[in-house]
Formats: sequence, C-alpha cells, structure tokens
Amino acid sequence: MAKVLMKGNEAVGAAAIEAGCRFFFGYPITPQNEIPEYMSRELPKVGGMFVQAESEIAAINMVYGAAGAGARVMTSSSSPGISLKQEGISYLAGAELPCVIVNMMRGGPGLGGIQPSQTDYFQATRGGGNGDYRVLVLAPSDVQELVDLVIEGFDLADEYRNPVMILGDGMIGQMMEPVEFKEREKRELPPKDWATTGTNGKRKPNIINSLYLNAEDLEKHNTYLQNKYNKMREKEVRVESYNVEDADVVISAYGTTARIAKTAISKLEKEGYKVGLIRPISLFPYPYDEFNKIKDDCKGVLTVEMNTGQMLDDVRIALNGRVPTYFYGRTGGMVPTPEEIVNKVKEIYGGAK
Amino acid sequence: MLTDKRIRIIIGHYGSGKTEFSVNYAVKLASLGKKVALVDLDVVNLYFRSREKAKFLEGNGIKVIGGAIKASAVDIPSISSEVLTPLQDESYETVLDVGGDPAGARTLGRYKSFFIEGNYDMFFVLNANRPETQTVEKAKEYILKIQDVARAKVTGIINNTHLLKRTTVEDVLKGYDLAKKVSMETDIPIKYNSALESIASQLPLGLDGNIFPINLYMREEWML
Repeated sequence: MAKVLMKGNEAVGAAAIEAGCRFFFGYPITPQNEIPEYMSRELPKVGGMFVQAESEIAAINMVYGAAGAGARVMTSSSSPGISLKQEGISYLAGAELPCVIVNMMRGGPGLGGIQPSQTDYFQATRGGGNGDYRVLVLAPSDVQELVDLVIEGFDLADEYRNPVMILGDGMIGQMMEPVEFKEREKRELPPKDWATTGTNGKRKPNIINSLYLNAEDLEKHNTYLQNKYNKMREKEVRVESYNVEDADVVISAYGTTARIAKTAISKLEKEGYKVGLIRPISLFPYPYDEFNKIKDDCKGVLTVEMNTGQMLDDVRIALNGRVPTYFYGRTGGMVPTPEEIVNKVKEIYGGAK
Repeated sequence: MLTDKRIRIIIGHYGSGKTEFSVNYAVKLASLGKKVALVDLDVVNLYFRSREKAKFLEGNGIKVIGGAIKASAVDIPSISSEVLTPLQDESYETVLDVGGDPAGARTLGRYKSFFIEGNYDMFFVLNANRPETQTVEKAKEYILKIQDVARAKVTGIINNTHLLKRTTVEDVLKGYDLAKKVSMETDIPIKYNSALESIASQLPLGLDGNIFPINLYMREEWML
C-alpha cells in the first residue's frame, strides 16, 4: 500500500483495526481524542464494537471483560485518564489478560495541561497500580513506528497474556506524518484456550480471576508472573542505538525527545563533536545492556525527557556509576529544542572537543 | 491572489494543510503591501494552530486573532469577539483559517451575514494523500458536508497534496488529477497548486490554477 498522511492518533486506530482489534472502550480526553473518534467511525464498518464508557474505570473494566472472552481489545487515554485506569490494569495483569492500552501523555500532575509530556514513565514502567506486576511498555518516536508497535503490541499481548502499553506523548498523537501499512508475517500465537467462550458442556469452565484466597497459591502465581516478566526481559528488549562505542557523550532519550536529540546530534557532528544515541523502544523491558557498550572514558550520558528526570533512574541503574550522568528536561508541555540539547552537550564537553 | 475576494475562508478535511496554506497565504499577501488579518477559527485542533505563530506573523505586519483566552493549551472552543473587526473593516484583507471537517466549519455559521456571494472566497484545501479525501466521491462529500454546515459555497479548490518534507512532484500531480476530476464534477475551479518551493519550481506549465510555493512554517526543524 502507498504512503498516506495520517495524524498519530488516527494511525493508532487504523493500526489496531489492521491488527484485528474489534473492540474499543474509552472515554474522551485531549490530546488523544482522535483515537476514540476514529474507532467510533471505523469499527462498526468491520463488524466491531465501540463503546464510549461512562468513565475511564468503566472502560478499562470493559476491556477486562472483552479480553477475558478472548477478543482483541484496546483502550486509550491520556495521563489523568490512565491514572484512573490503574486499578483495572493491575487486575488485567493479575488475571493475565491481553490488551493494548495507549497513553498519549500530557503535562501533569493532576489535570495538568493538554500539551505533550513524558511524565508517566515511572507509572508505566514500575506498574502504576497495586501489586508486583509489569506491563510491556513500547515507546514510538514517529507515526510509522507507532503503527508498527500497535500492530506488534497486539501479538505481544497475546503471546505473553499481558497488557501492552503504547507510551506516546501528545506530540506523537497530534503530529501528521506519512505512514505505510506493510505486509507482515503472521506470528505463531498460542491458542486462547483459557478464554471464557462457553463450555458447550464439553469442558470445565474457564475462570478469569485475580483473587487468591490461599497465600501459597498467590505466591506461586506471583512467581509464575515474575518468570513471565523475566522471559520478556530476555526476549523483548528493543532499542535503537547510534555511534555508542565511539561517543564522547551519549544521549539517551525515547519518543519525541529522541527525534529532537537526533537533530541535535547531526548539528554537533558538523561541529566535530562525537555524540551517540541510545533510544529505548521498549521501556519495560529496559535495554540496560546497551549501556555496556559505552566506553569507560565517555564524558557523560545525557538523558533528555519531557519531565524532571524519570528514565534517568534506569540510565543510572544501567551505568552503575561507571560514567557520569546528566539530565536535561522541559515540563508543562514545553518541548525541548535541538539548540538546548546542543548547548547541554557542549557544557558536558567542557570546552575541549 | 490580489483578485481573490477580500474575505478568504480556508476549509477542508483536517490534516490537509489548511493552516500551513493560510499562514503562507497571509505572509505573501502582507509582503505585497496589504493590510492583512489572519483569523484562527480552529476549535478542532489544539496543537499546530496558526495562533502558535502569532509572533512571527505579527512580525510580518499581520494581525492575528485567535481564541478569547490567551493561553496555548486551552481546551475550550472560545473564539474572540475581535473576529468581527476584519470582517467589518473593509480595509483588511482577511484570511479565515477554519478548523477541519464539518465540525470545524460550524464556527462559520455565526458570521453568515458577511458571506454574501461575490464578497468572499471559500477555498477547499485538498490533499490526495489523506485517506479520507483520496477519491473524487469522498472529496465531493467533504465539500458538500462542509458547505452545509458553513452555510457558504466553495469557490475554489486548492490542491495541497503533500507528504510533508518527503513530498515529490508525483504527489502534487496525483493530487492535481484528483482536484481536476473534482473540479469537473462540481464546476468549482482549481485556484492554486501549493507545494514546497523546491517542488513548485519543478511543476509542469499549463496546470489549472496558479502555482503557490510554500514554506513549512508550522513544522519544527526536527519534524519530518
């Protein structure tokens, strides 16, 4: 198919339908409203179902119901709305239900503002609800990658029986870019023999549940979940890196800020600076090992985010004190400029190239 | 441009490039020495609105009128009462940058009394790379739906077919073919073919409508 021009949010909807998603439950919030708008218009055309729920909490529990019945289902929101969904996300993780959750982040805390931010990194990667769980978190940095990750996200959710979160920001959601829906290989996925699809009197009922009355059983379940997360850590790390081994300064950034960092890097290269980039695509599992490629005498790793330093924690875990870390961030909906990043890198260089 | 009517209304499917066209059009008019007002009537989008470029536009001598509330992130469809100024004051060359789709065009209803036939132009911005306006049927449907809501008639088509910084001459010509068919079926003339300056200079001669080179004022350096 030829390239078309789509807004990030529309592209999420188109990609989900392409991936076989037929159910969407959500509640409006800026800057992601084009997702439910698109789904409300397009899902009925393919025999799907769109419900604008009475609240975010209702929506995520509808997701729980549809996922439990084995359907491909999605919900989307933006920061404050994702906070409201946390209880349901914890239940989905506990009951091992596959679904895709899209968060187009906006400024916070509280209602914050409608402009782009990356302030929900902690919430997304540490499990925002109660309990010892993880969701698989993918962070696209352009609209094409957003499409690809949404489609892949549905497969990953089914493969691991786990919620997958697409962590974008308002900018990715609102930006128009060319996209292409490519032919892709069908992945072998386990049958959903656990889903509540009716027994026809031929088998015992399947039960979808996250409540365990017996401590031994719950511990066993928790151990099983942790093993699953470990398997994700082994197999699902995704990262783009550029010129890391050779760099005097490495920038680490994801999503929109990674693109701004790339523009900054090409400016710096023209002036003779050696700057690398580590762009995590999966935020959980985090690409810790990629940081081992950084040379010991690297002057520093600069983390750039639209927050006050959240992924910075993971960068520090990865480096374990081996190389100095620095941070540059803007908040409230302000987007860093390439020049700001250039200046910060020059500051780390300290004058000598 | 100088033969276009004093009030120019820019409408179309969202994401077609109305704002980029409006901003370029206003800048060009101002550079011809005209007294220009750019009215941002967009209540659909909250990012990438022409009011974000107010400083730049005002630097070019253009009066910019946006929302009634002065904040970049206001999620309220508030329109300034000042919109009436350049509609009433005939010394202004006025460009109305309208929000996308019929939903966005609804704001125009309030100004109906100014839209007297012969006194205004309403330009439909068409981008053949937008999935919702890729066929003659779909494009015509958008024109009809927006006209109904706006209570004004489209007087010209603007072929603004692009893929941002990755636009090719072929994209523009593909859009021209579509625009030409829509034009023939609706009797609405093609007024402009807008394209990045580097592309515009490569377009063939003899196309309907003028070639209108544009700059990407709304895209940051790091964007595609």
